[in-house]
Amino acid sequence: MSAIDTSRLLTDRYGLPGSHTLAAAEKAGAYATARTALTTMQPDAIKAEVKAANIRGRGGAGFPAGVKWGFLPPKDPNKPVYLVINADEGEPGTFKDRTLMENDPHRLLEGCMIAMRAIGANVTYIYVRCELVVSIQRLEQGIRDLRARGLLGPKPFGVDHPMDIHVHPGAGAYICGEETSLLNSLEGYRGEPRLKPPFPAVSGAFGMPTIVNNVETIASVPDILKLGGAAWSALSRLPNDGGTRLYGVSGHVKNPHVFEGPVGLTLREMIERCGGMLDPARPLKAVIPGGSSTPVLRPEDVVHAPDAAHPLHAWHGKSHIDVPMGVDTMRGLGTMLGTCCAIVMDSSVNMVEAARNLMRFYHHESCGQCTPCREGTGWLAEICDRIVDGEATEADVDLLVDVSNNMMGNTICALADGTAMPMLAFVRKFRGEFLEAARKGGVADGRLDRAVVSLLGGRAA
Amino acid sequence: MPFQLTPDREKHAAELFTRYPTRRAACIPLLHLCQEQNGWIGEDVIAFAAERLGLTTAQVQGVVTFYTMFHQQPVAPNVVWVCRTLSCEIRGAKRIQEHLEERLGCHVGGVSKDGKFSLKKAECLAGCGQAPMIQLNDELHENLTLASLDRILDAVATRTPAPPASAPHLAGAHGTAGSKE
Ligand SMILES: Cc1cc2nc3c(=O)[nH]c(=O)nc-3n(C[C@H](O)[C@H](O)[C@H](O)COP(=O)(O)O)c2cc1C
Ligand code: SF4
Ligand code: FES
Repeated sequence: MSAIDTSRLLTDRYGLPGSHTLAAAEKAGAYATARTALTTMQPDAIKAEVKAANIRGRGGAGFPAGVKWGFLPPKDPNKPVYLVINADEGEPGTFKDRTLMENDPHRLLEGCMIAMRAIGANVTYIYVRCELVVSIQRLEQGIRDLRARGLLGPKPFGVDHPMDIHVHPGAGAYICGEETSLLNSLEGYRGEPRLKPPFPAVSGAFGMPTIVNNVETIASVPDILKLGGAAWSALSRLPNDGGTRLYGVSGHVKNPHVFEGPVGLTLREMIERCGGMLDPARPLKAVIPGGSSTPVLRPEDVVHAPDAAHPLHAWHGKSHIDVPMGVDTMRGLGTMLGTCCAIVMDSSVNMVEAARNLMRFYHHESCGQCTPCREGTGWLAEICDRIVDGEATEADVDLLVDVSNNMMGNTICALADGTAMPMLAFVRKFRGEFLEAARKGGVADGRLDRAVVSLLGGRAA
Repeated sequence: MPFQLTPDREKHAAELFTRYPTRRAACIPLLHLCQEQNGWIGEDVIAFAAERLGLTTAQVQGVVTFYTMFHQQPVAPNVVWVCRTLSCEIRGAKRIQEHLEERLGCHVGGVSKDGKFSLKKAECLAGCGQAPMIQLNDELHENLTLASLDRILDAVATRTPAPPASAPHLAGAHGTAGSKE
């Protein structure tokens, strides 16, 4: 085991020649763990390792995967169990799952096989947004190759547990990343979220018990089994939030990209791993830590936790960007870890314009089933428009707050909260900027590209 | 004439139905297959899909209208989607869109003067770290500069034959000006 480089597990095979092919992946160790798990371990033992790994869901909500798997009802021979992989990757700022599917689809497919064994499923559906054509092609090729080898089929590794995997394409709707919307879309319906309960573990795809997990969550399963759950968990810098994970950084850094690290890097470390700020003359102004639904942070804000019992006490007096990125630590800061893909904004960005950009997104993507969400996202986008266009008054800034407050907790799915919470943070943390825009009549030139115009170049000859 | 799939696609469609416990679940992949062949999804395609899926045309219509990647109107031979969501926007997406509009001679939502490109605005396409970016047909083009964008468009324009001047559905569809985006 000592030969394992524990700083690179998920991304271990990225960059190998032909890393997406079965031959290259297998040569580098793929399916050895699946073989061991299927041939030597009972499903409950696999589940126990995943539980011990303390892996928090990588899709945004951070729910412990081991606990979720435990919600499945006792096996009923008349009720097939399904595994559904959420590869819809649509949260603005998020571009990590795509790297797994393009560089190492076999890590995900191996994870699916182990997970199917653990939860008693025979079929996995991987729901991939249709724009990710390369991801879809590579997964489908991988599945064909596994079938040809008999690794998918009636007896994978000779074990009497039939397995198959299908790729299901989306059709362009952010809301289909929400797990119950995704299930409706999989079943051929409009992608409208379902009321919960029942939760998918009890009644999911085709009304059957279903586990929905993110791509990265399931791609981590082979390493969890290979290292052992407890050892994998201990790679993290934080308690109850185990392992390594993918970090993404977009925006105003020198080298935006996805990389792997132990759970618990700080935003400052993430920015440094990306070469620092794009232009040293323009300092960091704000960072959205984990996809657009997570409330924005400011570097000048410091943790106030003088009480030794406070979960953030260890970072008392430190900047928000020096707190380790974890599901619980980010919640402690009043934001969320989300997808752990940060959007970095330097001093060139006007926050009213940034908020407007996102509110338009949510208004476009609301499925419209719930009045507070349908109307609320529309209002927020329109009020932001008014402020940017110089047609607002100071009272409109408070209206943003009122509308947001009325959207929360009143809807079928979390899209509404995921719109209102970031909106509230923008207004609370950059109130002066909103008031100034409302007072002075608009945002100077309504553009967000000031930092990069010179990089884009002029007309080609 | 009613819509029909080519024999190859017919085979693919038959395989789709084996993947799911219900016929209906093949709806989205089947519509993709139809659109790949036909370019867009009109009444004839909807009637075909409804019959295959055992659904009413209204049910299929309901699905088609929900998803932005299904074209409910004819589109040009090439479709350009420009991502304008925040990570791209702060890395120059607006400039990319302006350049596209100038070069193609149409606004977002329209068809280029030469009839070869439809221009559309996209939401985040999971390429945020490689911003600014566009999707051109099936391919994502990332880390764009104006010069690289020109090269990409030149290559595609050269290999796309000019659509007949009589293509009625495309004529004059140069999009809506006046939006402040
Ligand atoms: C509006 C909305 C969009 C979402 N989009 C995604 C997505 O693109 N990918 C994803 O894995 N989870 C997404 N989620 C979270 C899923 O609902 C679900 O929590 C997740 O797939 C569970 O997998 P995990 O426990 O492995 O994270 C979204 C949730 C909401 C409310
Ligand atoms: S909260 Fe919004 S997106 Fe979610 S179900 Fe309701 S209307 Fe649809
Ligand atoms: S914001 Fe453009 S790809 Fe994500």
